[in-house]
Amino acid sequence: MSKALLYDSTLCIGCKQCEQACATQNNLPYNDSVAAEEVSSAHKFTAVLTHGDKFMRRLCMHCENPACASVCPVGAFHKTKEGPVVYDVWKCIGCRYCMAACPFSTPKYEWGSLNPRVRKCTMCPDRVKAGQQTACAEICPTGATKFGERDDLIREAQDRLRQNPSAYLPRVYGLHEVGGTSVFILASVKVEEFGYPASERVGDTPLPEYTGKVMDRIPDFIPIWSLVLGGIYWISHRRAEVAAAEAEEKKNGSAR
Amino acid sequence: MKIKLTFWRVVFLVIMALGLYSTYVRYLHGLGAVSNMTDQFPWGFWIGFDCLCGVMLAAGGFCMVGAVYLFNVESLHSVVRPAVLTAFLGYLLFIVGLLFDLGRPWFIWHQLIYMNPHSVMFEVGFCVMTYTAVLFFEFLPNVFERLHLKTPIKWIHKVYPVLIVLGILLSTLHQSSLGSLYLIMPSKLHPFWYSPALPFFFFGSAVAVGLAMTIFESTQSAKALGRHLELSVLVRLGGALLVALWVNALLRFEDYLHRGLLRQILQPSYEAYFLWLELALSFVIPITLLSFKKVRLSPNWLYLASVISLFGFITNRLNVSLIGFETYVGHHYLPKWTEFSVTLMIVAMGFALFRVAVQYLPIFPKDDLVKQRATTVRSTMPIAAPVLEHAGD
Repeated sequence: MSKALLYDSTLCIGCKQCEQACATQNNLPYNDSVAAEEVSSAHKFTAVLTHGDKFMRRLCMHCENPACASVCPVGAFHKTKEGPVVYDVWKCIGCRYCMAACPFSTPKYEWGSLNPRVRKCTMCPDRVKAGQQTACAEICPTGATKFGERDDLIREAQDRLRQNPSAYLPRVYGLHEVGGTSVFILASVKVEEFGYPASERVGDTPLPEYTGKVMDRIPDFIPIWSLVLGGIYWISHRRAEVAAAEAEEKKNGSAR
Repeated sequence: MKIKLTFWRVVFLVIMALGLYSTYVRYLHGLGAVSNMTDQFPWGFWIGFDCLCGVMLAAGGFCMVGAVYLFNVESLHSVVRPAVLTAFLGYLLFIVGLLFDLGRPWFIWHQLIYMNPHSVMFEVGFCVMTYTAVLFFEFLPNVFERLHLKTPIKWIHKVYPVLIVLGILLSTLHQSSLGSLYLIMPSKLHPFWYSPALPFFFFGSAVAVGLAMTIFESTQSAKALGRHLELSVLVRLGGALLVALWVNALLRFEDYLHRGLLRQILQPSYEAYFLWLELALSFVIPITLLSFKKVRLSPNWLYLASVISLFGFITNRLNVSLIGFETYVGHHYLPKWTEFSVTLMIVAMGFALFRVAVQYLPIFPKDDLVKQRATTVRSTMPIAAPVLEHAGD
């Protein structure tokens, strides 16, 4: 079954322990100055943003049908059956189409490196495979970030909205966006204020379907178009041949 | 042989020196040091110009091969070789450009073993690779002719129908697919340029550019080599260009009408200014010019109209790839000088290689060249790319 994360920003106290656990898990440097950076980057896969007394986490949404995986020419990204969208650095050629295509602008790049990698939250695939929680969910002292079965978390998120409607905006962000993700966000303020794209902007359609409409036609297009082109070639050259033959005949005829 | 330092040669050397410096920065300090690309702007000028415009400007090859060999339009025969040469060089330089832009260019061969058939980028990469090979074989007879090798020419002529059909098929696929690259970004690319019809626009404009580029390059090389221009050829191309521009303009209009954007594109805004520039250069001005018979019959005017439309379509590609993302990102992207200098170096290499190839290979009919050297009257039209003019003197 597919796993997911539920982040309830009303429970978050902004302690940033998830940032630290993430850094440790991924062998990234973490200190006060990194903690102060309120953006995710190539060296910070998740960031806790603070607006007054409101907090919000940024992390990869782990789309059900990820744009990054569909656009990668070498298939360096793929959605695992456990839920995480993972990256294989060996395959990567560095075209950065994943970054351009991601509706959440999640993948970041090592611009200063001579052999740069795309970096992003990986949802701790090794831990998940081993039946453990992600590092961020495990450390979270308030349960703001919760790890579990995707279906269970959807039910739980909807229950929380039903039981406490005044505490939340009535939306589970990630449930429908780009066809659904594996990270769900509950909040009392608009997630858009923290840099997430508006739901109506990204839509409910899985993004790969936009290109799929064109790409799916190519297998039919190739033989048909080859035949048309070949046909045109044959007709136009046949015409010239016939014209030449007729001219020849005429010449012979008049000579006789 | 003494090599004279002419003005344009000095310019060429300066461009190459700056370009080599930028190359050094690129490969010893990374993409971040050489470009203004960021996590928000992962695709910059190199994708916008070197890749999108580069491939578009090389469309003359498949257009002319299609006209002459597929539709058997004999009268255009004299422009096929220069068009194929331009295309071949264009694709080679596109690959050079890619080696700068890719973060890990040393793994470019992964395209061949880790294929993702769902990826438009994979399709483009694969088509470009195969098409460059096709162009190589279309170009090869020039070399064989020069070396007086008859047998291999015969072999190539035997497979020519296959090469032609394959070349046009591959061009149709990847020219349109460069537009499909952006289909997955409906939430990021501005609605002026995001359209489900992007692949059609990219293919349609490639055909128009192929025609305009052929007019441009045959005029330019005629000047450089002191050849006479075959007016009948240019007139034909000019007429075809007018039709192609109309088709493209109507497609774009229909798209804006269909998506209800006609009112919005007329209101002044940052994006609207760039759209107006694009539409004026690619459609309004050249279509107006070419509607006059006087323009269609004059090499100088045809040249001007073509060059304007080329700038228009270049603006289009830059709008799609750069300007169209600025509102989403929330800030402007201006390429670093080192990005420009790499591009300039690649373009300059293109002009130089073209000049050398024309000098040493039978790209243009030879008798012609000798005969007309003597009787050349240098025309007075403006020179858009003067590197050519004196590069081989």
